[in-house]
Amino acid sequence: MLLAHPQTASRPWRWSLSLERALPKLVLAPSLLLALVCIYGYMAWTGYISFTSSSFLPNYEFTGAGQYLRLLENDRWLVACKNLALFGVLFIGISLLLGVFIAILLDQQIRAEGALRTIYLYPMAISFIVTGTAWKWILNPSLGLEKLAHDLGWSSFTFDWLTNPDKAIYTLIIAAVWQSSGFVMAMFLAGLRGIDASIIKAAQLDGASKPRIYLRIVLPCLRPVFFSAIMVLSHIAIKSFDLVTALTAGGPGYSTDLPALFMYAHAFTRGQIGLGAASAMMMLAGVLAILVPYLYSELRGKRHA
Amino acid sequence: MPKTRLNTALRLASACVLGLSLANPAHAGEVEVLHWWTAGGEAKSAAVLADMLKARGHSWKDFAVAGGGGESAMTVLKTRAVAGTPPAAAQIKGLDIQEWAKLGFLTNLDSVAAAEQWDTLLPGVITQVMKYQGHYVAVPVNVHRVNWLWINPKALAKAGASVPTNWTEFVAAAEKLQAAGIIPLAHGGQPWQDATVFEAIALEVLGIDDYRKAFVMHDSATLKGPKMVEALTRFAQVRQFIDKNSAGRDWNLATGMLLRGEAGMQIMGDWAKGEITAAGMVPGKDILCVATPGTAGSFTFNIDSFAFFKLNSDDDQTAQRALASTILTPEFQEVFNLNKGSIPARLDSDMSKFDSCAQDSMATFKSANAEGKLVPSWSHGLATTSQVQGALYDVLTKFFNDKNADPVATADLMARAVRSAQ
Repeated sequence: MLLAHPQTASRPWRWSLSLERALPKLVLAPSLLLALVCIYGYMAWTGYISFTSSSFLPNYEFTGAGQYLRLLENDRWLVACKNLALFGVLFIGISLLLGVFIAILLDQQIRAEGALRTIYLYPMAISFIVTGTAWKWILNPSLGLEKLAHDLGWSSFTFDWLTNPDKAIYTLIIAAVWQSSGFVMAMFLAGLRGIDASIIKAAQLDGASKPRIYLRIVLPCLRPVFFSAIMVLSHIAIKSFDLVTALTAGGPGYSTDLPALFMYAHAFTRGQIGLGAASAMMMLAGVLAILVPYLYSELRGKRHA
Repeated sequence: MPKTRLNTALRLASACVLGLSLANPAHAGEVEVLHWWTAGGEAKSAAVLADMLKARGHSWKDFAVAGGGGESAMTVLKTRAVAGTPPAAAQIKGLDIQEWAKLGFLTNLDSVAAAEQWDTLLPGVITQVMKYQGHYVAVPVNVHRVNWLWINPKALAKAGASVPTNWTEFVAAAEKLQAAGIIPLAHGGQPWQDATVFEAIALEVLGIDDYRKAFVMHDSATLKGPKMVEALTRFAQVRQFIDKNSAGRDWNLATGMLLRGEAGMQIMGDWAKGEITAAGMVPGKDILCVATPGTAGSFTFNIDSFAFFKLNSDDDQTAQRALASTILTPEFQEVFNLNKGSIPARLDSDMSKFDSCAQDSMATFKSANAEGKLVPSWSHGLATTSQVQGALYDVLTKFFNDKNADPVATADLMARAVRSAQ
């Protein structure tokens, strides 16, 4: 309309036009400001604190890379990093495999699919604290599975991973996989439903077997879903704190410590805010190491498309 | 920017509170008290303190933050202190009092202390913890003894073992209990419980002087010396006397095993008495209390205390001083410590209402004080900063949970961890 009658556009019209243009920016400004200050601002502040001698409360006495050196000398930090690597790889891998497998099974036009889907997805609705506590009871040798087996007469059965410092980290993986594989399943099921049925029909006409169709045609089509699932799962892995707190509290000893737990313990209970900040920055670096290549490939892909 | 806004908001809020308290009749100040006595006997004690303060005409604003060991409470406290609106008093203990005082947050209680002669009421080792640069900044509520060995006499009799007074006897008793199918030592595999057991063992091996050298003065040579290696070797021996399901168990569940006779002994501070009395048993009779092996006559103390923060309003300062003096009254000390299982901090306390373990504890406290055998418990934050304490926790809990750990290397690791945490 404005374009049709440029000469009749009066002042109030122009006003409303500029307001219309500015409105999105105005509306977004507070949240942008909040994000800038509360996310990036505090990130920068944490980064600064990690180079200071902050102990009990933050101070601004610059000490260089001292906190990072102490961190790298700290055995508990190294254990936490190794645990995260092991936990991350196994948790993401097993969740993906299991999720894809269940999704494919559910995709076979079976009866009561809706009910089954809900059952598998249900653990996602529970908080990690509840999951951790429940698995703590299930895996406790004097309370859960082991006792059950003993009561049923299988007295040689032992399952003491929870109390074994070398195996306890795997209990975290069990609980986390139980919680998250249903979610992965839902993502892949949605992806499977989005695949053009005619491609599969064509492959069937060519005489391809079912496993072959899935491996060669369907799963490669789901590449974006894989990416999203890995992003979401690695998030869960890096920030997992509640699950460990509830299930093992980092024990036995500190054999199941994770970086997030380490950071919290040092920054908030041991009066070593500088060291805690340094470990937080290391975690941030870890996240960026995963995120940046992913974003790069995504953005480049779009430009080429 | 939101931070300053938050600041203003907090100031406004506190101004409102101030306005309200000014509207009250003259001199009725208010004390806000941060504590984590939220359950059972402790909660009852907090209520008693509130009532006694109200009887003096001041109002009590409860600021209870639940969560074991007060970790969450400390986080809240730091936020409030940095924002400039600290509570009147907060449950802070041990070396943390010094840290807060060093940062200039704590107020001077010398006027109350002089009027009520705290210097003569309290033993020197306690006032030392409560003072910063010679001025009172905190008030003790109790004294816990940590080096207690709790024994189920029925279990011991069933195994044909006798009450151990030194390490050799302890091992002999533990082996007899084990042979009788009883878990020798009830234990929970949490870092602080591991440290509590090790502290008791170390006290016997190191003796008072070397204990002080290692854990109070952080002397490297003592920390990695042959005596520490011996203490670690004995600590490693304890592994075979606990059950394999101990990982992560809370201390009170371990005490429960002792009470039911599933386990024969437990090394734990005298807060364990709360569990014993709650089960309808009598400490000293149904469950014996003796000093941990080889530490009879010595006393590892753990003191709960309130530190007092600087306040602006005069009325509130008056109320604050009233609170400080109320905490040290014989009435409150008696009620509180009967509930908590500890003993009063005042040397002139009447112990007639207490059980035999507490009476024994008081007698040892006095004699140890006279003989210089009173040592701070590092595992409970009375001897070291939380940094050093945490570093030692890490080394010891790793050692205790790793069957192949080497005592010599671990002693060396302790010395290094302490140095890097300082």
